[in-house]
Amino acid sequence: MNPPAAVLDIRNLSCRVGDRWILNNISLRIDAGETVVLLGRSGCGKTTLLKCVNGLVQAAQGDIVFQGRSTSEWDPYRMRRFIGYVIQDFGLFPHWTVAANAGLVLKLENWEPPAIEARVHLMLDAVGLPPAEFAARYPRQLSGGQKQRVGIARALAADPPLLLLDEPFAALDPITRFELQQHFMELRSTFRKAALFVTHDVREALMLASRIVLLKDGAIDLIATPGTFLSGVTDESRAFLASLDSGTRRVDEPAPGD
Amino acid sequence: MSQRLATEIVSLSFEHLWLVLISIGVAAALAIPGGVLLTRRAGLRRGMLAFANVMQTVPSLALFGFLLPIPFIGGIGPHTAIIALCLYALLPILRNTVVGITGVDPIVREAAVAMGMTPNQILWQVELPLAVPLVLAGLRIATVTTIGTATIAAAIGAGGLGVFIFQGIASVDAAMILAGAIPAALMAIAADEGLEWIEKKLSRV
Ligand SMILES: Nc1ncnc2c1ncn2[C@@H]1O[C@H](COP(=O)(O)OP(=O)(O)OP(=O)(O)O)[C@@H](O)[C@H]1O
Ligand SMILES: [Mg+2]
Repeated sequence: MNPPAAVLDIRNLSCRVGDRWILNNISLRIDAGETVVLLGRSGCGKTTLLKCVNGLVQAAQGDIVFQGRSTSEWDPYRMRRFIGYVIQDFGLFPHWTVAANAGLVLKLENWEPPAIEARVHLMLDAVGLPPAEFAARYPRQLSGGQKQRVGIARALAADPPLLLLDEPFAALDPITRFELQQHFMELRSTFRKAALFVTHDVREALMLASRIVLLKDGAIDLIATPGTFLSGVTDESRAFLASLDSGTRRVDEPAPGD
Repeated sequence: MSQRLATEIVSLSFEHLWLVLISIGVAAALAIPGGVLLTRRAGLRRGMLAFANVMQTVPSLALFGFLLPIPFIGGIGPHTAIIALCLYALLPILRNTVVGITGVDPIVREAAVAMGMTPNQILWQVELPLAVPLVLAGLRIATVTTIGTATIAAAIGAGGLGVFIFQGIASVDAAMILAGAIPAALMAIAADEGLEWIEKKLSRV
């Protein structure tokens, strides 16, 4: 029996596009405050898994339970507003200002304009975009990193219990990425969300994860805490660890205990 | 230029403008929603665009002629002309509406779905606003062509600046032809410039 606390419970999920199976028999639980990092090579199905959770892609088999209710029982529009989604390619509306983009879900949920404005300013501050400077800009007036921050503000604005983050820091220079990772950890301790965080960067996975879910060819290869992950239990996880800078950790070095 | 000719130019210009405005108004009222509908139905799209394409290739004088004997639709007078002008104006508006909406970045559309927008909200808040510059370009093309084509409407008694042109042709009077052609050309240029200005203004964002 699963305790009812799980924010997201994915049960034996399989999914196909056309007649190709993209995801095979995925089972995964995420509790409040937990950051589950979905790690895997390009094309292994990470984005597709997030889209299944959000209902953008229909599962062929299995069930996804969000907040104790199967996603098939949720009104899809309502459900998506309760799931903050940071999209891999930003997906900002080019004809809306930063403030309007960040406040989208609040508007959909019929918040009063002054309440939206106050909340949006709070969120923009939280992601490091001072509203006085950024609120009135348009996406084309932002750098990639700033767009991504708007995406994060938009995902957080309605205070959703679950966050889906699709390689949110991938397009950034190492310094900005590190800053945003730090920022993410602060935000996480402030807001205590359940988060499903996609990356193909092991270092990022080790840094942010409560648990790492390693995905290989659409199936789960390994679920492990960062500590256990470092001991390289499967071929795929060893392949990922080998990609780490040799200076960071020697292969014969004992893995930190967990 | 006599006082009488001047008054006549002004009144026929207004008649002409009126024909154009009604025709474009009706065509837009049909083609913009029609274009939106076509983006929802890929199957319909091919057929409707083909129909609009064919309408545009029929020579205008012939189309006026074809419409004349048709009961209710046809007959001498402005309503027949308006129907014909509408048929011509349909294609550019329809096509640009379809292209404007289908041309919205798929990532933006997917993001709209992912954030929990309903199809209606996506249409009104994302697709249509982003399609506005193209829809306006379609309206501009349609308006400019209609101003020219509407001169032929005089042939079936619809009035407008074509009255001068047909009178001029009948009496081999170049000045009379110019009295119709120059105001029509000026009107087309003004419409082109004015609508382009609005287009630029709205697509700045
Ligand atoms: N709409 C689609 N039609 C056909 N195949 C698709 C579609 N979407 C995804 N795929 C395929 O599904 C597989 C998984 O794609 P997905 O986008 O989930 O990978 P990913 O793990 O997110 O990769 P990346 O790290 O590059 O973003 C890929 O092989 C991709 O080609
Ligand atoms: Mg992806």
